[in-house]
Amino acid sequence: MLKVDNLTFEVNEEGKKRCLVDHISFQVEDGEMLVITGPNGGGKSTLAKVLAGIEKADSGEVFLDQENITEYDIDHRANAGIGYAFQQPPRFKGMTVKRMLSLAAGKELTEEESCRLLSSVGLCSADYMNRQMDGTLSGGEMKRLEIATVLAKAHKVSIFDEPEAGIDLWSFSMLIKRFEEIHQEKKECLILISHQERIIRMADKIMVIEDGKVKQFGKSEDVLPSLFQQEKCQKCVTGMEGGAC
Amino acid sequence: MVQLDATTQEVLNRISEEFAQKGAYNLRQNGVALCHGDSEHIKIRKKEDKPGIDILIDGDTKGERVFIPVVVSVSGMTDLVYNDFYVADGADVTIVAGCGIHNSGCNESRHDGIHTFHIGENANVKYEEKHYGEGNGTGSRVLNPVTNIEVGRNSVFTMDTAQIKGVDSTVRETNVELAEGAKLYVLEKLMTDGEQKAESNIEVCLEGSGSSAQIVSRSVCKGHSLQTFHPKAVGRNKCHAHIQCDSIIMDQAHVGSIPEIQAEHVDAAIIHEAAIGRINDEQLLKLRTLGMTEAEAENVIIENFLS
Repeated sequence: MLKVDNLTFEVNEEGKKRCLVDHISFQVEDGEMLVITGPNGGGKSTLAKVLAGIEKADSGEVFLDQENITEYDIDHRANAGIGYAFQQPPRFKGMTVKRMLSLAAGKELTEEESCRLLSSVGLCSADYMNRQMDGTLSGGEMKRLEIATVLAKAHKVSIFDEPEAGIDLWSFSMLIKRFEEIHQEKKECLILISHQERIIRMADKIMVIEDGKVKQFGKSEDVLPSLFQQEKCQKCVTGMEGGAC
Repeated sequence: MVQLDATTQEVLNRISEEFAQKGAYNLRQNGVALCHGDSEHIKIRKKEDKPGIDILIDGDTKGERVFIPVVVSVSGMTDLVYNDFYVADGADVTIVAGCGIHNSGCNESRHDGIHTFHIGENANVKYEEKHYGEGNGTGSRVLNPVTNIEVGRNSVFTMDTAQIKGVDSTVRETNVELAEGAKLYVLEKLMTDGEQKAESNIEVCLEGSGSSAQIVSRSVCKGHSLQTFHPKAVGRNKCHAHIQCDSIIMDQAHVGSIPEIQAEHVDAAIIHEAAIGRINDEQLLKLRTLGMTEAEAENVIIENFLS
């Protein structure tokens, strides 16, 4: 269970304070999937970074099960059970895919384990294990490997920041399948930041963040109708389906 | 079989893990050949006119490894050696060189190895070289290798060098000439720390049509150490060359990278890239999200960068 209480993160922009995460509170139970959506620049990725410990909150508290992890830094949070997939993963000169996945798993992976892991993100183990995670891989390949690093071991909470970005349609289906499997196991909390309707429709809970604030949060069946209604309204002045937008 | 003392064995483990007194090999210790062996296709002969050996590799050599390590364990010694490699047409061989200095005294210990390769046609030669220094003495450990390589028509020469620890001063000179269709791959890995100094100058002349060269240098410069790289590619025919120098700088170190490219033919395509920078913050963050401390993440990045 992840409980977030009144979390706030501010930055200083030209002498003025701007609140990127503005008193956000929510709770995700074990086995639940939360999808965070909302307009670009609204604070979704910043919230994910604060949860992973990459950015330090100015106030508020974070609990993982009963453990208060607010003061934990990045590696303490990782070891406590938080997994985090970067939206734009870094490249590593000299680091092979095999080495990175083993580091992520915390053990040397067998050929079979590696194969299963890479297949779940739509990559063939034989083609990738000895490749370097440098500029020779495309953005989509890097993104899929990034997701694999989080899938490499079990977490209490796994956070994926726009996992679908840059991924082709076929791999996207594989990825959705893997998320569904984790979801069905009902062990881990999944937090996905996404704009994809297919991912949003998988959620148990949906949160809409705008200007650093929670605009909507609730069970999927409660938030979904207004979410897509709202989308139509934004696209077309009439709000009517099939409008000339 | 010659019994090796503990220091020599320990240094050998660092520079030439697989070394054994079998097949073709020559172990040089403190200026003399301690032991050597020949194989069916590789013969090693002591030079008559100067210190060093001739290594004769015949054309029927297929996938064989020859070991020629050097250990200097006496403080205050300067060891100069000339090794010439004669590789016949069609040979396929891996040469494992390497030098380790154990200096427990207060005087400088130094090894200057001058290696010359005469490579025939259609041969495939891999040259691996590790440099290492150790010992608790105040005397410095100095290695100044000179490597001259003539690569014959359609032959491939791969040079893999690593100097990771304990060498106080090194000046490396590498000169390569590539004939028609010859290929060169160089991977140079270097780490310096403390007050160490390292300089590496490589000059590759692409003389033959269709020749190509790829030079990759990766280095980590820590403490107050100083590194200078000067790779130069000269295209004198239709050829392709790519030089890439990447350095990670840490602490109060100094790194200089001076890639030089020169074309003397309209179809010479030569590229160079050089980058120096601190350890990438995003890489550190990524590894920390996998549960590593900052120091552990830093070590993993360096270890893989130099792997």
